[in-house]
This record gives sequence, C-alpha cells and structure tokens, in this order.
Amino acid sequence: MEQPAPAPLQLVLVDTEPSFTLGALCRACASERGTLIALVEEGILAPAGADPESWRFPAPELRTARTATRLARDFEMDLGTVALVLDLLARIEGLEARLRRAGHR
Amino acid sequence: MDFKDYYAALQVEPGASDEAIKRSFRKLARKYHPDVSKEPDAEARFKDVAEAYKALKDPEKRAAYDAVAQRYRNGERFDPPPGWDSGFEFRGRGNGAARPDFHADDVSDFFASLFGRAQRGARAQHDPFGDTGGGADRHAKITIDLADVYHGAKRTVTLQVPHTDSQGHVTLHERQLEIDIPRGIRAGQNLRLAGQGDPGTGQRTAGDLYLEIALRPHPVFRVDGRDVYLDLPVAPWEAALGAEVTAPTPDGPVQLRVPPGSTPGRSLRLKGRGVPGTPAGDLYARLALALPAADSEPTKEAYAALARAFPGFAPRDALES
Repeated sequence: MEQPAPAPLQLVLVDTEPSFTLGALCRACASERGTLIALVEEGILAPAGADPESWRFPAPELRTARTATRLARDFEMDLGTVALVLDLLARIEGLEARLRRAGHR
Repeated sequence: MDFKDYYAALQVEPGASDEAIKRSFRKLARKYHPDVSKEPDAEARFKDVAEAYKALKDPEKRAAYDAVAQRYRNGERFDPPPGWDSGFEFRGRGNGAARPDFHADDVSDFFASLFGRAQRGARAQHDPFGDTGGGADRHAKITIDLADVYHGAKRTVTLQVPHTDSQGHVTLHERQLEIDIPRGIRAGQNLRLAGQGDPGTGQRTAGDLYLEIALRPHPVFRVDGRDVYLDLPVAPWEAALGAEVTAPTPDGPVQLRVPPGSTPGRSLRLKGRGVPGTPAGDLYARLALALPAADSEPTKEAYAALARAFPGFAPRDALES
C-alpha cells in the first residue's frame, strides 16, 4: 500500500470564514445547484446577496444545508416538510439546552 | 466477509412485498436517522438499514441478492465466486442525478462485492458541481473532551481513501492525518482540511475534508454554546453567612465568594471562565444546598437549636394559594 508523503495541512475553522458561495456550498454538502436554490426559495437557507451568483451563505448554514439535504433524500420529503422538521428540531435543541442549564443531563 | 441478512436488517420476512419493505424502512429510518434519533448507535444502525433498503428496493438487486441468500445463511463466510453476478446487469444509479447517492464507502464490503462501489466515480464524471469540479468533499465527526476545548488538542484521524486502479476497481486505503484542534472550538463547528477530501481526477483539485466537532458530556460541567454551567454544593451556614469556597473549573480550581443570604438555585457568574475565545464565555456556578446528616447527639442538638432560633419559620407558606 502506498503511503503518500505527509503534506502540510491547511486547517481552517469554518466559523471564522465569512461565508460560502453557492458553488462551495454545493461541493461541501454534495448537492446540486438546483437543490440548494430550492432550499433558499423555501426559506430554509438565507444567503446574503440578490441572485445565485452573488449569494453568500453564512458558515453555520453548512450544517443546515447538510441536514436538509439528508432529510429530503433519506425520507423522500418535500422541502416544505423539511423546513417544518428543521424548525421542530431547532425547538427541541433549544428545549434541551434549557434543560441542561437547569441541571438535567 | 460475512453474509448480511438484509431482510433481518429491515425486520421483514424474505417474501415481503415492496410496500412492506418500504414501510419498514421508513419506520426504522425515523427511529435511527442520525439527524432525528437519540439512539446511541443511531448512525451505524441507520447505515445498516439504508444499505439493506438500497439493495432490496431495486428489483434487479433484490433478485441477485435472493439468489445468493439461498446459498448462504446469515453469519456464514461469504466468498463470491468470480463472475457470479454475470447473469445480472445493473442499470443506472436510481432515478436520475438529482438525488445524491450514498458515499461509495458508506456501504459494507458485502454490498460492494455484490453491487460494486462505482457510484462515486460515476458522480465525479458527470460533475454536478458546475463551477468547482474536482474531487468530492468528505465529512467526518470527531468527539472531543471539555479539556480539549479549553486547551486545544492533537488528534489522529484515520481516513478511508478510495483508490481506483487501472482496471477501474476501487479499493480503500487507510491514511492518517494529525490535526490540531484549536482551543475555544464549540460543538457543531466544522474544521475544514483543504485538499484532504476525495482526490480529483486528472487536473482537477482534490475535495476538502470537513470535521464536525462533537463534545463528550462531562460529569461535572454542562456546556451551552460558549457558557459552562456547574452545580456548586454549599453548606447551609455558607449560604446564610457567606463564605469563601473553592470551586472547580475546567481550567483548574478558583476561589469563589458566596455572598451572605444566598439561596439555592442562585447562580454566581465567573466572567470569561467559560469556553475560551473572543469573547470568552462565562462559567455559572449554581448554588445547591448540601445538608449535613443529623447522625449524632451534638448534630441533632444543633438542628434542634436551629429550630428554636426560628420559631416562626414557615417553609411551606408559598404552597398555600
């Protein structure tokens, strides 16, 4: 088995980067342009900028985009349902954070 | 290689109808899908279920699988004879390009030996990514401890890298990367390692590797965003009279002043002692009352003296409505 020479790693904390372009976000979640444009139209993703070419997605939208595309694929959900599930998951996360703060594990 | 019982994975009988298989998959997916499940082994379970469904929902794959399954019972060693699948031709990759398929090495060796690992290559060739092209990005999750958040850490990540030989066969090679986890990182954040995803074909650039950070629960501290929470037990006289107490923090013990007249549930804030960063989070020590046991004559007498000192104390007044 070949062992390629270790190259210096370029490591970036994604949250410190300003944003993703549409192309970069497509790549980062292995989705096609049309899928992500539909997520924007559904209001699931909210990039800055007027048109797809100038869209900039804040870094945390990577997680949203990946979850949304997984849910759509694995449950064959339409995007309205995906948006609803994401809202409910966010509410659960918020409630769990409140429970943690209140001392429940 | 072990034979895999896909019908058992989907909890259906071998003769189950397509509808029954789909129904069972949906039910199990809701239970184990990593995005919605709280089951501890959700991701591994979902992969098994999804792989089984992927094989059984396609009539051609199911027929091929059934032919093999007749000869091999679950758990037995499975060695496909060379060319055993020549009677079957697998068409296409599902119903078009819009649905990204599973990652090539998301399937088991068993699945790959029956149906191949070709999906990845097919995707790279038709290049759905428009302006970027090149190798696909990869994602992995790493779990770190709270101490790593405070101090940073080194981790070795083992990657399974697909390698295509001259005959087009795909094998997986292991590669290890040393990475530095920066201090102040929070659960849910991603680290990107440029060029460490799938290799690109020809002149194309390699994809990136994303590492999503998960935090292992700590027995004493709870983390919420940048802030850290701690239950701090105090004795009744410490709460009532005030005291200097030693409190643990993930960064080491600190001296803390409990103000006189403190009540349980009150939180003391240690500014900047939460998750490091700009700005740093805060640490909240929530006071809890620890009662000493009255297990000797002098301690019983101490409680009795306390009762005499508070003749009008009515702890349950608030319950009256």
